[in-house]
Amino acid sequence: MVRIPGRSGAKTLNFDSTRVGPEIDAFAPRSGAAAFAHAWAAAIAGSSYVSMSTPEIESLLVKLSERLAHAIRGIEVDRGEAAEVGAELVRSDFADGRTLGQTLLVIGRRLAADVAPELPVEEAFERVSIVQGALAAEFTRSAWLRTLDQQEQIRAAYLHAREQAQEAMRVSEGRFRAVFNGAGIAIAIASVNGTILEINPMMGEMLGAPTEMLVGTNVMHLLDGEDADLWNALSAGIPEHVRFEKRYERPGAAPFWADITIELIRDQAGTPSYVVVMGRDITQRHLLAQRLQHEATHDPLTNLPNRTLFFDWLDTIFQDQSSDNRVGLCFLDLDGFKVVNDTLGHDIGDKLLTAVAASLQECVDRLGHRVARLGGDEFVVLVRDSGSVDQLTAVADRLLATLRHPLMVAGHRLSVSASIGIVERPVRATTMAELLRAADVTLYWAKTDGRGRWTVFDPDRNARQVARYALSSGLSDALARREFFLEYQPLVRLSDSALIGVEALARWRHPSHGRLAPDSFISLAEETGLIVPLGAWVLREACEQARRWQVENSGDAMYVSVNLAARQAHSPGIVDEVARILDETGLKPELLQLELTESAVMGTAEQTPVALRRLSDMGVRIAIDDFGTGYSNLAYLRHLPVHSLKLAGSFVEGLRTDHADPVDEQLVATLITMAHTLGLGVTAENVETAAQADRLRDLGCDVGQGYYYARPVAPGRIARLLDATAGGTLRLPSRRS
Amino acid sequence: MDRPAWATEDIDLDRPSIARVYDFFLGGSHNFAVDRAMAEQLLTLAPDVAEIMRANRAFLRRAVRFMVSEGITQFLDIGSGIPTVGNVHEVAQAADPDARVVYVDIDPVAYAHSRAMLDGNDNTAVVRADLREPDVILGSPEVARLLDLTKPVGLLIVSVLHFMDDSLDPRSAVARLRDAMPSGSFLAISHAVAQSRPGDVVERFGKMYQQTGAPAQARTHDEIAAFFGDFAPVEPGLVFLPLWRPDSPADTDARPEWSVSLAGVGQKP
Repeated sequence: MVRIPGRSGAKTLNFDSTRVGPEIDAFAPRSGAAAFAHAWAAAIAGSSYVSMSTPEIESLLVKLSERLAHAIRGIEVDRGEAAEVGAELVRSDFADGRTLGQTLLVIGRRLAADVAPELPVEEAFERVSIVQGALAAEFTRSAWLRTLDQQEQIRAAYLHAREQAQEAMRVSEGRFRAVFNGAGIAIAIASVNGTILEINPMMGEMLGAPTEMLVGTNVMHLLDGEDADLWNALSAGIPEHVRFEKRYERPGAAPFWADITIELIRDQAGTPSYVVVMGRDITQRHLLAQRLQHEATHDPLTNLPNRTLFFDWLDTIFQDQSSDNRVGLCFLDLDGFKVVNDTLGHDIGDKLLTAVAASLQECVDRLGHRVARLGGDEFVVLVRDSGSVDQLTAVADRLLATLRHPLMVAGHRLSVSASIGIVERPVRATTMAELLRAADVTLYWAKTDGRGRWTVFDPDRNARQVARYALSSGLSDALARREFFLEYQPLVRLSDSALIGVEALARWRHPSHGRLAPDSFISLAEETGLIVPLGAWVLREACEQARRWQVENSGDAMYVSVNLAARQAHSPGIVDEVARILDETGLKPELLQLELTESAVMGTAEQTPVALRRLSDMGVRIAIDDFGTGYSNLAYLRHLPVHSLKLAGSFVEGLRTDHADPVDEQLVATLITMAHTLGLGVTAENVETAAQADRLRDLGCDVGQGYYYARPVAPGRIARLLDATAGGTLRLPSRRS
Repeated sequence: MDRPAWATEDIDLDRPSIARVYDFFLGGSHNFAVDRAMAEQLLTLAPDVAEIMRANRAFLRRAVRFMVSEGITQFLDIGSGIPTVGNVHEVAQAADPDARVVYVDIDPVAYAHSRAMLDGNDNTAVVRADLREPDVILGSPEVARLLDLTKPVGLLIVSVLHFMDDSLDPRSAVARLRDAMPSGSFLAISHAVAQSRPGDVVERFGKMYQQTGAPAQARTHDEIAAFFGDFAPVEPGLVFLPLWRPDSPADTDARPEWSVSLAGVGQKP
């Protein structure tokens, strides 16, 4: 068994081991070079690493043994041959010192005995020593040269490899330099503690400082204003990468915007080793974005913030619903701006708007508020965190005062006034839409209230308007939906309390508000023009009813009095319409009385007297309603085809008690006298007490109407009254109020 | 002031190299003090470490000779190191002067040395690459010039894989190389086997080798066998180094596990 010795030499190879024992090597040569080679092979096995199998080693050693035999057996010992064996061993990679040791040992022990047994002992000893000396010397020299040679090889290899690496580094560095110096982006390389190690020309250019000046400074210089925590986090590796946009001031030049990226670079072991800061000048992009942003949020004519920006402000305010903040708006609209445009031209108009905008801006800036142009000649001042309405009215006063100064526009000295609608509320109590609507409504009020003034939003006024609006919107459909109906109030002859007529009064059964009296919708109907169809309906309905009473309830002596609105009276077809209704209903014209107001009768429409005349000629009675409240031309009245006057309720009011106001009484007496002088009958409205009835009768008034006699009632009640009297004279029971 | 190193690597003589330590144990002088210092450390751990290295080298020689005897004339030796003694081309060309060998190593000094030593031998070439880059190896001009991948190749991955832990995924790289080999090709592998010697000697070797930058990992018999994939094992299979086809029965040992490495050769079906 072969034990390969360790370097420590703990187990040295034993020549006399079982490896060469007779039982294994039964056929090994007992003497001669072959025998020596065999023993030699066993002795040096494993002493050096050789790339040979055992038989190959033996074959090599047989050859070398023969050369040793030749060397020792010459006339003189052939030192050269012995030395050559030493060299050959090293060449064959048997270069380890242990190989030499084992070789000298085996030569000493048995070379002479194996290959030159004939030599005397003394001679053999001498010759073996010479062989050993020559072999050892050459082995050692060869091994030394081999070592030097290999050291030289590995050194050369190292140098070559390093050169290659350095060349690669130079190429890489050169490429990097080219990129670094020529890069269109600014780059700075810093150590982890922030010291700038390298900076490229673009970065120097961007920062407006020579690169030499920046190297060695701290990179925080580039990030001025940025949170130092950011840097600390980054250099610790959390996060690896930061990107932001930043505005830089540059000494002696315009400020610029940069898109900055900071990247942490780690070494192969993952330790942070560098920080690279990269910057791109995005000033142009930024300026463009700013310009676009400005254009999108400003009015190009006046350069004031526009509607969009104004809504943004409001959005911001209304986003915070948690606070108790208040907000105020002044909606401002120039008075009569259209006239400027129409008379001086749009060019002057635009210049005026620009001048007004500048004045407003200056005024509002001083107050610390904001102004925007909503469009046209409409502006708005926003007061954030307002204190009270008083603050807003003060602002409005300042605005109006500012605008009172005449403006010089293109050589024209122009005075403008404005109307301002003010609304001021807690943010939480309203919405943006409500606030804007309220401001808009209030501005309209300011206009209708007389211009050149401010008006504060009034919730009651608004509620009334809203209700009115709701009514007017329902009014147009009400007729079609048959929501109107008529009630009739008796007209009583004062002399004998006989029922001689009824006044038809329109009522509206409103789907949500219930029963409505005429004063809540007639003016609306007049405004909207609905009065014409409504009046026509009333007229026909009243005539039909009167005819029914006539036929069914013997109401032959009772006329029906119907109100005719001014617009109806002035409409060209009124005469034909009345004639047609009378014809269709079969009512005698004498039983129809039309009531017109003074203004309707005295109105400017020239055809009115003509129409009245034709109606009168037909036999229709004409009464002037609410007489005494307008400005009647008494002289003219004389020539009108009028049959009676209805005294306005206010005259009758003064006769209410037994102790009547003598002035009122005298006035009524005079009116009655005057009417009678003109041959006109007199009807008193609003008769509510017996005292009134008595006084009116005493003063010669012909007819009374009022609660004292009867409230307006449904047609059925009138029918029953007629039936009860059965054609006789109805006497309404007098009653005390 | 420090400046960043832009080159991908440096030639670092402060760090021992696997190839030069191996050379030292094979009796070579292609090494530096730092390598010899590490060799000394290995010796204190296992006095017979040189024999392990030599047994590896001897296995390589026997494997190549076996492959030559099977008609292989082209070799791809990955992790060839510094070919001091018993290089593949010497062994192969001794049998067939036309045998062609491509050596592959990532160590820049080993690569430079191999280039210098093989200068003038047209049937050999060196590729600087890592085992983990099989496509770089297979796609190299040297491989294209010397190896005919339509004919069986002797693929040698001797004493290399245990310098790559699983994080480097040597399994995929070896699989890629196997796949690139034509039918009839041989693959020789030797690999340190885990827990093969008392006192965690193999594992402690691994720790020492970390100075070279290599994340060493010993593996089990089955893990090593898996590197062969579907290559059919050649007799005697995956065995301790000295037991793989010894030159003579006398070369074997009663306690072959001292070699701490398993070796085997497989053939692609």
